[in-house]
Amino acid sequence: MPNTEYEAVIGLEVHAELKTESKIFCSCSTEFGAEPNTQICPICTGMPGVLPVLNRKVLEYAIKTGLALNCEIAEFSKYDRKNYFYPDLPKAYQISQYDLPICRNGYLEIEVDGQQKRVGITRVHMEEDAGKLVHQGTITATPYSLVDLNRSGVPLLEIVSEPDMRTPQEARLYMEKLRAILLFLGVSDCKMQEGSLRCDANVSVRPRGETRFGTKTEIKNMNSFRALERALEFEIDRQIELLEDGEKIVQETRTWDESKQATFSMRSKEEAHDYRYFPDPDLVPVVVDRDWVEAVRETLPELPDAARKRLVQNYGLPEYDATVLTLTKDTLDFFDRCMEEYHDAKVVSNWIMGELNRLLNQQNLEITECKVTPFGLVSMLRLIDEGTISGKMAKSVFEEMFATGKQPEVIIKEKGMVQISDESALEPIIARIVADNPKVVEDYRNGKDKAFGFFVGQVMKATRGQANPKMVNDILKRILSGA
Amino acid sequence: MALTGKEVEHVAMLARLKLSEEDQKKFGEQLSAILDYMKRLNDLDTEKVEPLAHVLPLHNVFRSDEARQEFSREEMLANAPLEESGLFKVPKIM
Repeated sequence: MPNTEYEAVIGLEVHAELKTESKIFCSCSTEFGAEPNTQICPICTGMPGVLPVLNRKVLEYAIKTGLALNCEIAEFSKYDRKNYFYPDLPKAYQISQYDLPICRNGYLEIEVDGQQKRVGITRVHMEEDAGKLVHQGTITATPYSLVDLNRSGVPLLEIVSEPDMRTPQEARLYMEKLRAILLFLGVSDCKMQEGSLRCDANVSVRPRGETRFGTKTEIKNMNSFRALERALEFEIDRQIELLEDGEKIVQETRTWDESKQATFSMRSKEEAHDYRYFPDPDLVPVVVDRDWVEAVRETLPELPDAARKRLVQNYGLPEYDATVLTLTKDTLDFFDRCMEEYHDAKVVSNWIMGELNRLLNQQNLEITECKVTPFGLVSMLRLIDEGTISGKMAKSVFEEMFATGKQPEVIIKEKGMVQISDESALEPIIARIVADNPKVVEDYRNGKDKAFGFFVGQVMKATRGQANPKMVNDILKRILSGA
Repeated sequence: MALTGKEVEHVAMLARLKLSEEDQKKFGEQLSAILDYMKRLNDLDTEKVEPLAHVLPLHNVFRSDEARQEFSREEMLANAPLEESGLFKVPKIM
């Protein structure tokens, strides 16, 4: 039960790995899942005497993202060194941006209970990712650590929000919207499980009506939208309980433990953050003139909000459908390709949000990995419209399409699944079933609705589900009223 | 501008240096002398000087986004003091 005398203040720091071919300051590949240390070179392992050079695409993706998030794009921007010791950081500093980030002062909009809400974006900056530590056993019991530097130097955007969110739900909506925008831009593949989209949260609570912020904690290690929401719920409750007991909140970093469903203090030995930023002398500044910004603006694709409006206005889809269909670019593309061939948007939407999403979730697949094509789905919808198969038969046809990638016509033929819409074939079957069940006929005439359903069921059974349901209804009514 | 003992200790900690009391005093004096020397810049009139982010008169040096492998794993691990299954082996961190 949420305590309504308090409100939470939440800000998010999101790291998105950019979908470039090569790393931010060297030519090593960024491909995920390679053998350890096979995509490294003297630059991304911090050897002395090397010279990092900026990947132009990283800057372009940063400008693109900044524009999509309604930010000001800095004319003059530079790189700084953020100094700290950790084995996954071979140079003992991370190249990042400190006081002159590439983008500032933007926002994105989320919809909370039917209301539009604007969440401010403080800044977006470019930086390099660190490597990965591999432990033998648990992090505290391991005798030593092993380091894989493939990820070291992979380009990241850090996107920092204003503390504008008030509930875990708003934080989740913000994250979902941000992910959708990045996916539509094609700048990141945003896979939270693989770590290409990561999120830390700053959260504090205060009595409702108070305008000053309470003491905040920083939460790390939330690897899914669900984890983000649950971790924030837990942390908000924890902080409120402390305040209620008259205790103080300690400003600290806490980690979300998925198995225990709780946050724990990280008790780092490191003193208060003191990164001693200074300009990186190896990298020259970046100057982005206004023509360049406008040229990038020209290349912006349709973004989720615009797509959602288009689906509502052009096709009359409900807001809910439009939101679900625009959560990823791939889902929207699937829908749009269906609509090039088919007239009824709501039917297409129902199949994508229903059967297709159900099967995708069940098998943990992306829409681009699935075997059903927009053409396949449309072909199947036509077969329903033409009366060749019933809606009920279509569900099993669709499952088969999903499993095998076969076209619906082929599946129907192979399984002998064609709908029987021939009156002269159906009538004798129905007449026989009615004649065999005089007692149920009696029930029907005494007004028992169930009796009609029984006959429909029997006809379907006799025809292995292939009878045209509408025709069965018509013939049954006629026979039952006349006989 | 004398640095306090605490400040010297903090800087040493950030650099992961263990200083004896004697060292702390010695480095404290040296660091203070450097800061005093740099303080002379404060006396200059910089009213009309643009802030400088970089000493080279250059900007926008880019490479194109092309991936290639220039070093093998064996080469990259050759200088590592310790190695295991293709990974750098380091003391445990916690």
